[in-house]
Amino acid sequence: MDLFFDILFEGISIGSVLLIAALGLAIVFGLMGVINLAHGELIMVGAYSTFVTQLIFKQPFLKPFYGSYIIVSIFVAFIFSACVGILLERLIIRKLYGSPLETLLATWGVSLLLQQFVRSIPLAIGPGIIITFISGISIKNIVNTKFTNYAQKKYIDLSIWVFSVFLGIISTNSIALNISRLSRADSRNVDVTAPKWMRGPIEIFGETFPKTRLWIIFITLTSVIVVLIFLNLSEWGLRIRAVTQNRSMSECLGLSTKKVDTLTFALGSGLAGVAGVAVSLLGSVGPNVGQNYIVPCFMVVVLGGVGNLIGTVIASFGIGIMTDLIGAGRLISIWPDMPNALANIVNFFATTSMARVMIFTLIIVFLQFKPSGLFPQKGRMVES
Amino acid sequence: MKISKKHFYLLIWVIAFALFIAMPSLVSDSRLKILGKCLSLGIVALGIDLSWGYTGLLSLGQGIFFSLGGYAIAMFLQLNSLKEGIPEFFGLYGVRELPFFWEPFKSPIFTLISIWLIPGIVAGLIGFLVFRNRIKGVYFSILTQAALLVFFNFFNGQQKLINGTNGLPTPNTTLFGMMVGDPIMQKYFYYISGILVIVFYLFCKWLVSKRFGRILIGIRDDEPRVRFSGYNPVLFKTIIFVFAGCLAGISGALFTVQADLISPQYMRVPFSIEMVIWVAVGGRGTLIGAILGAFFIRLGESVVQGLIPGGWIFIQGGLFILVVTVLPEGIIGWINNGGPHNLLTRWGLIKRFIATYPSLEATKNKEV
Repeated sequence: MDLFFDILFEGISIGSVLLIAALGLAIVFGLMGVINLAHGELIMVGAYSTFVTQLIFKQPFLKPFYGSYIIVSIFVAFIFSACVGILLERLIIRKLYGSPLETLLATWGVSLLLQQFVRSIPLAIGPGIIITFISGISIKNIVNTKFTNYAQKKYIDLSIWVFSVFLGIISTNSIALNISRLSRADSRNVDVTAPKWMRGPIEIFGETFPKTRLWIIFITLTSVIVVLIFLNLSEWGLRIRAVTQNRSMSECLGLSTKKVDTLTFALGSGLAGVAGVAVSLLGSVGPNVGQNYIVPCFMVVVLGGVGNLIGTVIASFGIGIMTDLIGAGRLISIWPDMPNALANIVNFFATTSMARVMIFTLIIVFLQFKPSGLFPQKGRMVES
Repeated sequence: MKISKKHFYLLIWVIAFALFIAMPSLVSDSRLKILGKCLSLGIVALGIDLSWGYTGLLSLGQGIFFSLGGYAIAMFLQLNSLKEGIPEFFGLYGVRELPFFWEPFKSPIFTLISIWLIPGIVAGLIGFLVFRNRIKGVYFSILTQAALLVFFNFFNGQQKLINGTNGLPTPNTTLFGMMVGDPIMQKYFYYISGILVIVFYLFCKWLVSKRFGRILIGIRDDEPRVRFSGYNPVLFKTIIFVFAGCLAGISGALFTVQADLISPQYMRVPFSIEMVIWVAVGGRGTLIGAILGAFFIRLGESVVQGLIPGGWIFIQGGLFILVVTVLPEGIIGWINNGGPHNLLTRWGLIKRFIATYPSLEATKNKEV
């Protein structure tokens, strides 16, 4: 029984990291059909924004609230990644709807740029850009309702953006002056240390669990529930579902599909940011951190059935439990007197990388029998 | 005297060929090595162009076949340079006996065949299974990428079988009684790479000019229609994917002997996607564009990498975005579609030619 709970906990723990990383992709890829290879880098943006938030909270004036930085950083990461996502969608992906292979290549280019950006440019510039962006858009939205004269609008827009850039430069400067780590380019990995109340073991029903893992599971489950509620119960969720089901029909009924696209993409990217917080709690974070997650995330979404969030949840926990079963060599402890030849094979695959080999092979084999995943969407198109 | 288009292209070919022959005496040995590597990468780009540009199969796992070819030749070279016993690195991991799959690589003939046959078989397996289920488009790309990760993790983790992360070095091994890293040997490899690029280019050109090529284009543009016309797209897609795999294997073998090393890093995801961008920049569906793209981008990479470390990735990322949004048909495709002419017209350097009805008709029927 002990073993069973061990496997279940480890599996859910691995699976929840996969799930939070794949949740945004399930929305962007599953619902919108956009192949976003920069998703891993959005996770990285989230992880780095956690790091920046942590450093800011170490400043003297915020020191008393240091323990709460991780909660703030979830929101910061969500907003930062969502902003990067909106920029990405507005500037590049919007032009490429309907040609997924091109989107794939372009987003790969974006992911390279983002990685190199983190490596070779002081991190303080990042928040500056985001602040410029947010203030520019929000002031414009507020002001635009008051001024409708087109002749004035040009100058007002210009002055808004000048002001926003000014704001961005000030914030970059103030961050860079106070925190020396952010003031110069540094391609080394960064470490996020969880606050005290998140560290250490905890005892539940006589079993000890690492607290960080439990919190990651908690964050994951909360985000899944929030996303499900948002998609199924809110007005914008209804619009998103309508556009994903039948784009031209919803456009005919007067929905602004462009707005919905941007919102959906922002939501997916923001969730990648939240995933970044979880990832940063697991270990040190480098520019390449997203690369480790992107293919597994796609596999999770494809395995679960594209366009099906519940499928994604089940697939990620399934993969998590399988990874633990194979990678930690649990099969031998379940069945101690297994034949020698079989035991050798099990031992051969009992490392993290070989478990990955096994899992991916199994997924590819599985897709032979159910090509559209665990919970396929039914259709009658010849193409599907 | 006005040079006709045909003569112009012929002239370019002759100049390029003359440069190719004369290059070893013009540049230093290390530069020649870089040129040879770039040439050998042209072969894998040809395969990608056939499978992506012509058939619409964007494989992100070409690195598998590339590295398999590389490993095949590296294993042969490792064994060939031994008098007896097993390669040195096995001693580090306490392996006494040669793993069973190394045995056949003692024979040079088997190696020559396996360089293209093993990648071909793997490509056939992956391709057939995927195509049979009508998995296509981006799903195919993602699956090949997953397969790539499978191979990468396998080769990376198995120190005892194939030296894991460290890979198999080749420069100190012997072939025909000479060191592989020797400049004279490298010169031969350079010529072999160049000649094979030309041979495969002509072969591919011949292949796509036949009905076979039309079917490939048909599959790319409207697969259900090809199926309903009575052709079996699975067969054609598998054939072309296998052929692309074979080309990748050959390319990998040639690259390995000139790059001094084959290691799992060539199975990393970025390298395989980089191959795609060579084809995209050169012009997909043009064949020559693929070769030129691979050659010049790779060359540019080694130049830029020497000047500004890390700068190349910015350029590469920019290239991905640029070629997709601004230049979707690639440079050669852009030239073929009258791009320079259009550009000059837009700048007002050439008088605009206004098409009238019959000539419009004529351009429409012209093959693009």
